[in-house]
Amino acid sequence: MSIRDNIKSILKTDKLVYEYKQLDEEGNVAGVNRAIDEVDLDVKRGDFVAILGHNGSGKSTLAKHINGMLFPTGGTVWVDGLDTQKEENIWEVRQRAGMVFQNPDNQIIGQVVEEDVGFGPENLGVPTEEIWERVEESLRAVGMYEFRKHSPNHLSGGQKQRVSIAGVLAMHPMCIVFDEPTAMLDPSGRKEVIRAARGLNQVEGITVILITHYMEEIVYADKVYVMDGGRIAMEGTPREIFSQVEKLQSLRLDVPQVTLLAHELKKKGLDLPEGILTVEELTKELVAICEK
Amino acid sequence: MSIKLEGINYLYGQGTEMVSHALKNINIEIKDGEFVGLIGHTGSGKSTLVQHLNGLIRPTEGHIYFDGQDIYAEGYDMKKHRSNVGLVFQYPEHQLFEVDVLSDVCFGPKNLGLKKAEAEEQAKKALALVGMDESYYKRSPFDLSGGQKRRVAIAGVLAMKPQMLILDEPTAGLDPQGRKEILELISGLRERAGITIVLVSHSMEDVAEYVDRIIVMNKGSVAYDAAPKEVFAHYEELEEMGLAAPQVSYIVHKLRAKGLPVETDAITIEEAARDILAALASKKKG
Repeated sequence: MSIRDNIKSILKTDKLVYEYKQLDEEGNVAGVNRAIDEVDLDVKRGDFVAILGHNGSGKSTLAKHINGMLFPTGGTVWVDGLDTQKEENIWEVRQRAGMVFQNPDNQIIGQVVEEDVGFGPENLGVPTEEIWERVEESLRAVGMYEFRKHSPNHLSGGQKQRVSIAGVLAMHPMCIVFDEPTAMLDPSGRKEVIRAARGLNQVEGITVILITHYMEEIVYADKVYVMDGGRIAMEGTPREIFSQVEKLQSLRLDVPQVTLLAHELKKKGLDLPEGILTVEELTKELVAICEK
Repeated sequence: MSIKLEGINYLYGQGTEMVSHALKNINIEIKDGEFVGLIGHTGSGKSTLVQHLNGLIRPTEGHIYFDGQDIYAEGYDMKKHRSNVGLVFQYPEHQLFEVDVLSDVCFGPKNLGLKKAEAEEQAKKALALVGMDESYYKRSPFDLSGGQKRRVAIAGVLAMKPQMLILDEPTAGLDPQGRKEILELISGLRERAGITIVLVSHSMEDVAEYVDRIIVMNKGSVAYDAAPKEVFAHYEELEEMGLAAPQVSYIVHKLRAKGLPVETDAITIEEAARDILAALASKKKG
């Protein structure tokens, strides 16, 4: 048993299955679709986990099981040891696992940034004074404190998304699931959001589960799961996953540009390791080759 | 076909304290058959600009000419203009509503006053252009995959036979393969149907790979209007505008800074691989 096994799981699934019925025009059952097919996950507290997969591979369906928006039709999901299927657990599950979605405009309801962030804890029945403390610490954690009196309407996409994250953070979750949080953002907005997610993971120790289609966003993850057809098709560190360029491409995915460039150069005969993840790494390797 | 913007200024909220100068003295011309990438951070004025092109927003000042004709001149057929300049919004699949794919794509041409048979013929041609054959005609658009839905939505605009197609982030939310398929499709529309394309995108890699001219918007003005290589050479300035260059640009610049004699204008992986190999070879020789 490694040390890792002793760290408590924040999220564990055992043979998780989710099926939904397809209805024909008369409303009869025409077939059953299995969106999640016997998935076993074990995410430890404090991990930064990424989930990749093409559209329709089951990523978002899986994500919705983590905070009890969907319930398994087979198998079990535990969040911090709580079975999500049990009705008495649902509020605790949702408080422990927060979610951030794609479109910031659908997640912001307040007229003023700080009111929006306070909405979650207020709903949890947190005393007023503590709400303000939580709002302040959450906004500071995502670097949006100076915007607390602003209207969310006048913020950029990345700023809005950081306000959404602060809103989740104010509920004191152990784990935050990001479901394609950068899909609608410009390059600097993407950077801001990923930086905020990494900061929460490293500084606050919050477990992060990041679902994305942008490969370069997950190079710092501790572990990557790749989904296909409702199953886990690949799992490993970013380096292990991105070493398999052709396999990823066959799963409708890709690798970061720098990884692909290194892969192409290797094919042309350069002595480079597989799975190069950052611009710095490739530069270092190429300079070394040059000096040989 | 060509579209020309001359001295365009656009202010919204005029007469209130919130007045905002969304477009400032825009002068651009987009010519027949061009594939233009339009980039800029959120709020830079890109969307406002494209809505001027098809007459959804009227400029506060300045003129818009389509094939030399002022689109706000008296008697100009604006309805025709809007079918000439097709606009595909973000997440266009949210606008699908009909019971089957063919009816959905027919909606536009029917609205233009075409008879059912003609509308269907245009719809079928449009579906063929996006790679969807007869087997899709009677399927519900809601049972299709994300990428397929998006293609149906694009066909809905193509069915109005536009000469120019503007797409606002057509790849948002798609997986890498889906992004590639949509971009190939768009690029093919220009080659096979001769349609002029304006692609609004947040993906610098995509823009670098496909377009032949980039217009960069910043704070309501045109910051750059040039070939991709020229624009991405300003990667530091682009970053100040909330943008970036493709990842490969950073690699070649970094290598150069480390003393490798590599060209720094590569913007695609193929170009970077070629230039790096050449630099290594010349260094070995030297």
